Amino acid sequence: MIEFHNVTKRFEGGYEALKNVSMQLDDGEMAFLTGHSGAGKSTLLKIIACIEKPTRGQALLNRINLNTVARSRVPYIRRNIGIIFQDHQLLFDRTVFDNVSLPLIIQGYRPQEIAKRTRAALDKVGLLHKEKSMPITLSGGEQQRLGIARAVVHKPMLLLADEPTGNLDSVLSREIMQIFVDFNQVGVTVLVASHDLGLIEELDKPRMTLNGGQLILNDLDRGMPEILHGYE
Amino acid sequence: MATNKNRRERPATTNRILAYLLHHLQSLHFSLGKIYRAPTTTIMTVAVIGITLSLPGGFYLFLKNIDAISGDFRSSSQISLFLDLDLSNKQARALEQDVANMTDVLSTVFISRQQALEEFRQGSGFGKSIDTLSSNPLPHTIIVEPRPEADTFAVRNLLNGLQAMPEVKIAKLDTEWLERLYTILEIARRSVAIITILFACAVLLIIGNTIRLDIQNRSQEIIVTKLIGATDAFIRRPFLYGGVWYGLFGGIASWLIVEIGYLAISGPLNRLNLLYQADLTFVTFSLQDFIVLLSFSTLLGLAGSWIAVARHLSQIEPG
Repeated sequence: MIEFHNVTKRFEGGYEALKNVSMQLDDGEMAFLTGHSGAGKSTLLKIIACIEKPTRGQALLNRINLNTVARSRVPYIRRNIGIIFQDHQLLFDRTVFDNVSLPLIIQGYRPQEIAKRTRAALDKVGLLHKEKSMPITLSGGEQQRLGIARAVVHKPMLLLADEPTGNLDSVLSREIMQIFVDFNQVGVTVLVASHDLGLIEELDKPRMTLNGGQLILNDLDRGMPEILHGYE
Repeated sequence: MATNKNRRERPATTNRILAYLLHHLQSLHFSLGKIYRAPTTTIMTVAVIGITLSLPGGFYLFLKNIDAISGDFRSSSQISLFLDLDLSNKQARALEQDVANMTDVLSTVFISRQQALEEFRQGSGFGKSIDTLSSNPLPHTIIVEPRPEADTFAVRNLLNGLQAMPEVKIAKLDTEWLERLYTILEIARRSVAIITILFACAVLLIIGNTIRLDIQNRSQEIIVTKLIGATDAFIRRPFLYGGVWYGLFGGIASWLIVEIGYLAISGPLNRLNLLYQADLTFVTFSLQDFIVLLSFSTLLGLAGSWIAVARHLSQIEPG
């Protein structure tokens, strides 16, 4: 699903957010990305989501080379990914239902299908009874669950979450993480960036730890081969 | 894995076309709803566009009326033929017949030398001095009325033909002032064209700026939709429709402004008509004019928003 080969990301001004990172996350796997803030977790997720491009090295998503992907292809790549943000990134001028249905509208589903899938996603995160509410009236935990419903409504192959429990108390955090585990159990590949080490311990999933842009621990290290040729 | 199954469930091609049309409808509806929810901004923008477009619109209407009036005058253009002094009464009469039979000639009036002298004696008050003249200095005159359907060019041809006749000393078209009017009208017409172009540019800028602000206000929303896989075309659509609405409503506003202006001056205009006993009919926008005006303003709206969207949408990227 995701492959990084010696990926380095240097921003303007010379700051290196990622240094020579190699890793692999297979279809259907779930892993945590940990490290202190500024370690490069967000940058790594941004490269997968086509928000940033690697400066050096190669990043592949579903065997598509993210270094060279055309701008016009980016939306179609993102449709395979569900992204969950720490700050939810909700649209506050639309109802809960309209927020969740947006990915389906973008992808051109029919109205009946949109209604069915949106309600199913809301039901999954326990917000079905709030479908007509405005997001501003929801609590922090509910807003995060709304963000998750929107990320999964189009049944993406990959879920990326950047500090999804950042602002939540431990009970709510556990609830959110359990939702990710549930999705992983039905086959979705999940990568969660988090510094909530206590919670990660409990869940017993592989961990990758970044420090200063370098991958210092990788439970998924399988003795990666060097850059594979033959990919585009 | 489960995702393979999910992929199969994605919409088929025909459904995608339907969905595409549906999104157009949704964008149309959504942009209209946005206008409805922000009435003050919208009304101000629409008013500015309306006022801007009402200027060329008003000038156009003014020209259209002048055109109609000058068309009335054209039919009254006459050619006066002053004949050679040596011509006898009989020869002159025969010539009149020939002229009357020419194409492009509607009718002729013959004024003999004696008649002309008589009229002059009575009309001028120089009766006594005329009596002292040994011979009549006035020639026979034929007044030629061209057919009303003959245009300026045909009348000009007729005039040249008559002038070329050996019996005709002078052929004079009484419409030189009309030609001057036409020239002035041509200047006015071109001025209106220039004004229209300038004001159209102004409308482009107004709509472009409004849409630019709209894009900036919604940059967060644009970023979120880009992150969940929206194409540029999808994001562009509501803004383009927004521009179309501004243009359309602005066009309607300008039409209203011109119509109200016309109503306001039509009272004294008709009184003037009566005072001059001129049977002039004044016209306002026809249905065709109305459709052209609305199409033009709508097109301006689309173009203005397109420029804004092309320039500013690509600058908003998640990061």
